[in-house]
Amino acid sequence: MEAHVVGPWRAALIAVEHHWTWYRRNWRATVISNFLQPVLFLLAMGVGFGSQVRQGEATGGHPYLVYLAPALLVITAAQNAMFESTWAVFSSFKWQRTYLAMVSTPITPAQVLHGQLLWIALRLASGTAVFLAVAAALGAITSPWALLAVPFATLAGMAFSAPVVAFAATREKPDSFNAVFRFVLMPMTLFTGAFFPLDQLPGWIHPLAWLTPVWHGIELTRGATFGTLGPLPALGHVAYLSALVALGVVLGRRYFHRRLAV
Amino acid sequence: MTNETSTADAPTPVRPRDGAGLLLRIVPPGLYAGRAHVLVERSYLVSRRGWMSVLSGFFEPLFFLFSLGYGLGRLVATVDGPGGPVPYAVFVAPALLAASAMNGAVFEATFNLFFKFKYAKTYDAVLATPLGPVDIALGEAAWCLIRGGLYSAGFLAVMLGFGLIGSPWALLALPACLLVALAFAAVGMAAATFMRSWHDFDLVQLAVMPLFLFSTTFYPLSVYPGWLQAVVQWTPLYHAIELMRGLTTGHVGWGALGHVAYFAVMALVGVVVAARRLGKLLLT
Repeated sequence: MEAHVVGPWRAALIAVEHHWTWYRRNWRATVISNFLQPVLFLLAMGVGFGSQVRQGEATGGHPYLVYLAPALLVITAAQNAMFESTWAVFSSFKWQRTYLAMVSTPITPAQVLHGQLLWIALRLASGTAVFLAVAAALGAITSPWALLAVPFATLAGMAFSAPVVAFAATREKPDSFNAVFRFVLMPMTLFTGAFFPLDQLPGWIHPLAWLTPVWHGIELTRGATFGTLGPLPALGHVAYLSALVALGVVLGRRYFHRRLAV
Repeated sequence: MTNETSTADAPTPVRPRDGAGLLLRIVPPGLYAGRAHVLVERSYLVSRRGWMSVLSGFFEPLFFLFSLGYGLGRLVATVDGPGGPVPYAVFVAPALLAASAMNGAVFEATFNLFFKFKYAKTYDAVLATPLGPVDIALGEAAWCLIRGGLYSAGFLAVMLGFGLIGSPWALLALPACLLVALAFAAVGMAAATFMRSWHDFDLVQLAVMPLFLFSTTFYPLSVYPGWLQAVVQWTPLYHAIELMRGLTTGHVGWGALGHVAYFAVMALVGVVVAARRLGKLLLT
């Protein structure tokens, strides 16, 4: 019999408040990886490398910086999601044991998960919004529709985050996170059309790329920014990404319950 | 004073290994036992359990090479290399080689050293044996080099397979990589001894990332305005990249010796500072 002293939503928000209380004091530590890194990346690749690129068909007729910026938003969301969904979650189970503390209150394991995911979503949304502002200041954003890129990138980031959080909840050691980083996140950022069109790669890679949330996210952000996105494909991408989030939540609830329920 | 402490801890001074002659005469007793190799052996034994993470480090530059060389390469016709315009893959591959030597060395030297030093207390255990801080510094540096050397050799082999090597000078790229890795590992180790907590690793990140992105890795120096070119030319990774690019394309001049000297000085300063700091932190 589960206690219902606080409502399910309220409980998840209390878990979010926990993260916020920590973050308010420690946000400086995240500035470099969440903000400075993507901006420097945009400068080096967009401006520096972009100066070498022939503007043409491959970049949709746009300057390389403009072509790269919306995709980089999705990459940033996925990169930020990586740490928050692996080591941070693992640490809350194993090292700091904050989750165990939470479930000793009326908050249930599922609510702990919801709070964690909600928190990650907030981080991704704020991180991408700030990055978008800087990109706009650098002249990388040309269309007001790019504002849509923030929710799209956040959704894509969460489609990666939610299943990874569920995975992290099953781990007894943090060793496999390096493998996730190198064999999932890295290829996902390099080979899913962010830096160059996917059709430049051999055909057998394409179906693999279509499976990744980053590819769908990039299709959405770029389509919105350049106005090439049809309503039906948009719906398809959003549906696929939402399905990944849902899958992560379902699995995560199971694993969180298994690990935290008394 | 360090000597007193260490001799008190180790009442029976162990006879140093033969052949460690000169170094022993300069280094005060208790700092160096001439047995750095056992620390390498320890690292090897530890890494056998986590071999996956060692092996996977090899894939990172490989992915980058595929992506940048073969994807981005099609967006760019040719880039100004050492001896005129070259295909983009030829341009970017040696730079990635240099960058991976830097990354590997810096992260091994800072993260692992800090963890062993602060949390695992590995070195406190090591110092309870006849080994001294100089053994630790040398042993850890040697291990960084072995690991870095393996990655570099693998990367060079891949470059050769893809026809990105244009000259027999490339044979020297491997020792050059080792020198670069040594210099970065030494400076990284010295830096790690100043770290207070994990938060300081953001500062390492803050140094390594701009180096990686802006040291002419992905585009030639001529992209920058004049004053910025001068700044870039002072940074270490720029010299590493110039060296590798020259060696793999076969455009080697006397300037290469300048790059080598840069890293020799960097390595020397790093080792001296690291050994001193480790001695001070561990023995007092």
